[in-house]
Amino acid sequence: MTINDTELKRYDTFPKLLLRNAHQRPQASAFREKEYGIWQTYSWQDVQENVKALALGLTKLGLGRGDKIAIVGSNRPKLYWAFAAAQAIGAVPVPIYQDGVAEEIQYVLAHAEVKAVFAEDQEQVDKIMSIMAECPDIKNIIYKEPRGLRLYDQDYLHFYDDVQEAGRAYEKSHPDLFEAEIAKGKIEDLSVILYTSGTTGRPKGVMLSFFNLWESARLSVEFEGLTEKDEVLSYLPMAWVGDHFFAYAQALHAGYTVNCPESAETVLSDLRELGPTYYFAPPAIFESLLTQTMIRIEDAGTLKRKMFHYFIGVAKRCGVKILEKKPVSLKDRLLYALGNILVFGPLKNRLGFSRIRISYTAGAPIGSEVFNFYRSLGMNLKQLYGQTESCAYVCIQNNNDVRSDTVGPPAPACEVMIDDTTGEVLYKSPGAFVGYYKNEEATRETKLESGWVHTGDAGIITDDGQLKIIDRAKDVGKLVDGTLFAPQYIENKLKFFPSIKEVVCHGGERESVTAFINIDLDAVGNWAERQGISYTSYTDLGNRDEVYELIKGCVEEVNQELAIDSDLVNAQVTRFLILHKELDADDGELTRTRKVRRRIVAERYAILIDALYSDKDMISIESQMTFEDGRTGQLKADLKIKECETFPALKAAS
Amino acid sequence: MLEDTRKIGDILLDVKGISLSFGAVKAIADVSFDILEGEVRAIIGPNGAGKTSMLNCINGFYHPQQGTITYKGTTRSQMKPYEAAAQGIGRTFQNVALFKGMSTLDNIMTGRNLKMKSGILSALIWRGRAEREELEHRRFVEDIINFLEIEAIRKTPVGRLPYGLQKRVELGRALAAEPDLLLLDEPMAGMNLEEKEDMCRFILDVNQEFGTTICLIEHDMGVVMDISDRVLVLDYGGKIADGTPDAVRADQNVIDAYLGGGH
Repeated sequence: MTINDTELKRYDTFPKLLLRNAHQRPQASAFREKEYGIWQTYSWQDVQENVKALALGLTKLGLGRGDKIAIVGSNRPKLYWAFAAAQAIGAVPVPIYQDGVAEEIQYVLAHAEVKAVFAEDQEQVDKIMSIMAECPDIKNIIYKEPRGLRLYDQDYLHFYDDVQEAGRAYEKSHPDLFEAEIAKGKIEDLSVILYTSGTTGRPKGVMLSFFNLWESARLSVEFEGLTEKDEVLSYLPMAWVGDHFFAYAQALHAGYTVNCPESAETVLSDLRELGPTYYFAPPAIFESLLTQTMIRIEDAGTLKRKMFHYFIGVAKRCGVKILEKKPVSLKDRLLYALGNILVFGPLKNRLGFSRIRISYTAGAPIGSEVFNFYRSLGMNLKQLYGQTESCAYVCIQNNNDVRSDTVGPPAPACEVMIDDTTGEVLYKSPGAFVGYYKNEEATRETKLESGWVHTGDAGIITDDGQLKIIDRAKDVGKLVDGTLFAPQYIENKLKFFPSIKEVVCHGGERESVTAFINIDLDAVGNWAERQGISYTSYTDLGNRDEVYELIKGCVEEVNQELAIDSDLVNAQVTRFLILHKELDADDGELTRTRKVRRRIVAERYAILIDALYSDKDMISIESQMTFEDGRTGQLKADLKIKECETFPALKAAS
Repeated sequence: MLEDTRKIGDILLDVKGISLSFGAVKAIADVSFDILEGEVRAIIGPNGAGKTSMLNCINGFYHPQQGTITYKGTTRSQMKPYEAAAQGIGRTFQNVALFKGMSTLDNIMTGRNLKMKSGILSALIWRGRAEREELEHRRFVEDIINFLEIEAIRKTPVGRLPYGLQKRVELGRALAAEPDLLLLDEPMAGMNLEEKEDMCRFILDVNQEFGTTICLIEHDMGVVMDISDRVLVLDYGGKIADGTPDAVRADQNVIDAYLGGGH
């Protein structure tokens, strides 16, 4: 554990950083919250005073070092202060997803042996009270919003402001306790426990020390040049590592302002009013913003619509190059400048992206169309890879080398390696977690003695040192010739085409990769109408030669992309067929959250898979179909199989 | 701040033997009942039973030919609706009656109308008192917006809002006048289950947090039985039952009125 900057070293926990900020810049704004339609500002001094009162109030309630304090609610300054207050007295905050149902929350509260809970409002209080019986450790519930709680007279219920009031009174008899308690904090102490949502099995409590978060935040603040002038909008769940990192750890380091939206429904308009400089969103948000923009433009007047499409064309041609300061012809430069005045500027303003210096997308793959759309408008959108166990950061893209298909080189002080046999990504970083709370076995499996941490993701490192995440490690197989076969990676690439709804790739222990494809009935149907192709049903449309040609074009485009990567050149899709029916959750082929059940699909359509790996160009299939009312029927169809062109390996284009 | 004012107190409104007829049609025939301070009072009954007419009598829109209405200890024979409003009776309507082209905020602001004291001239110049006054009212309106959780539609013209939200805005406008007695005419008509649940919570919160006495007309029996303290049942203009939800539910007259005789 080394922190070079001796000056910074004095402030090696978050409460200490809070004291520093309040001392150095007492009047600068620390938090803003929109209330009653107005942005209310809290300065660093306000924050310090509030945290102090709250921390002493917690002491008065009998809480202290090592106790766990849960926080349930949406992004509110008062709840962020609860983190600082808990850490100040040596307790460990445990944020919890506020939309979790009572049983999920109960597991976490009981597992973490939580002694007190901060709950935002009546809804959360009711939820906690309904499970109090199974969580005997909970002795206090502190609520922020008194509405609806007036008639509750339980002794263990306390109003946030009353706790602070008690804290202020306690301060009179214990004037230096707050500072003394903060001074006891050490960098190796536990800072926070974040429960991972746990797609498989029970949630696990990831223990992060001050060193983990503190050092990762310091390095990333330095890397991105974040300063006290930056602004973020905190609207993602507080229990998620990203929010904790951006709105708490980094904010305390860089001293920038954290803004809390008025309510979950007003996020978009708050975003527009605020114009943050530093922004994070999962790909789905960027995608839906783009779709909404496109729909609205189609409703706009002819002049506006033409202007929009013309300049978006200009931006597509040269926007990204201009952002990356690459040579662009004078004419394009002038056109882009004009477009900036007429289209890009107003559009970004409308979306609230006018002032963005740095923005991230992470959590899922993002389509290159979407990614490049925002970049071509001159917005510095980058990808980032990480997980709760790594304090959010493992890889991060440099401002001058951003791509849509990699997540960038390892972040500062991080190392990444690929396990040769499984293809799994491992990393070493200052942010690498301490362990899972009360789960030695899982800790040992994930974090090795040598310090390397398993991610569970399969990836490859490109020839110039960038990490590319391709799939969950357990789904990854190999072709007969040893080429890595990551079904989801190829499927995602194909699914970015609007015509393709669902894809299932085959290739594990085979010579080549083949695919089942579901067309998107809306998109392809629309396309067919414009082409003057008539059809009667999904099956009929999917079996049209024209549609096969359309899909073939998509597949070959993906093949070309795959050819760029020397590791994946043999994993190009050689043959495909369009399924005669849509994969459906009612038939058990998809999960309720629309994920493909590979094993069931492979069993049910074994005959189609065999045909894909034979020379046949036509195959008959009879399959069972479940109607919505539960009756079943037979569906017979002759399916065509189409060959696709594959491409030789290309040199990596940088 | 607010405090728990939910204590059922004295008689706030006393209706004694009122009758109302339009020509030969008897809308209300000799009905007496009272509303206690701080309670949630429901009026139910089949279509045409005279429920809305009753509300219209209470807030002075109709004038009953017989009987008296005593509100806050003052008995009156005739009163104009705006006088009723000035005395603290607020209401919402069966068919939403908002200004469709105006935003949510402006609609609720109109509810403050009676509380605005500055004259036209100073409002036009908008300096000094008029400005201060508007800021105060705006602050109050923002409280209501926050209370009803309609921040996201603050600036949306109400004509573009779904029905359930319009009803909520209308409640907001009624609340803006800080009524002592709030008359709600079918606040949940045409809503889906979730919207109804939300509305119930808001009505109960209004009752508890502001201490507002509430008199509501509602068709959804589940809602009525859940949230009201006492229920008045009308049929063909006459009172057939009055009492707690449980008592009313068990009353043979009520069962007959709703299900037809012979059950």
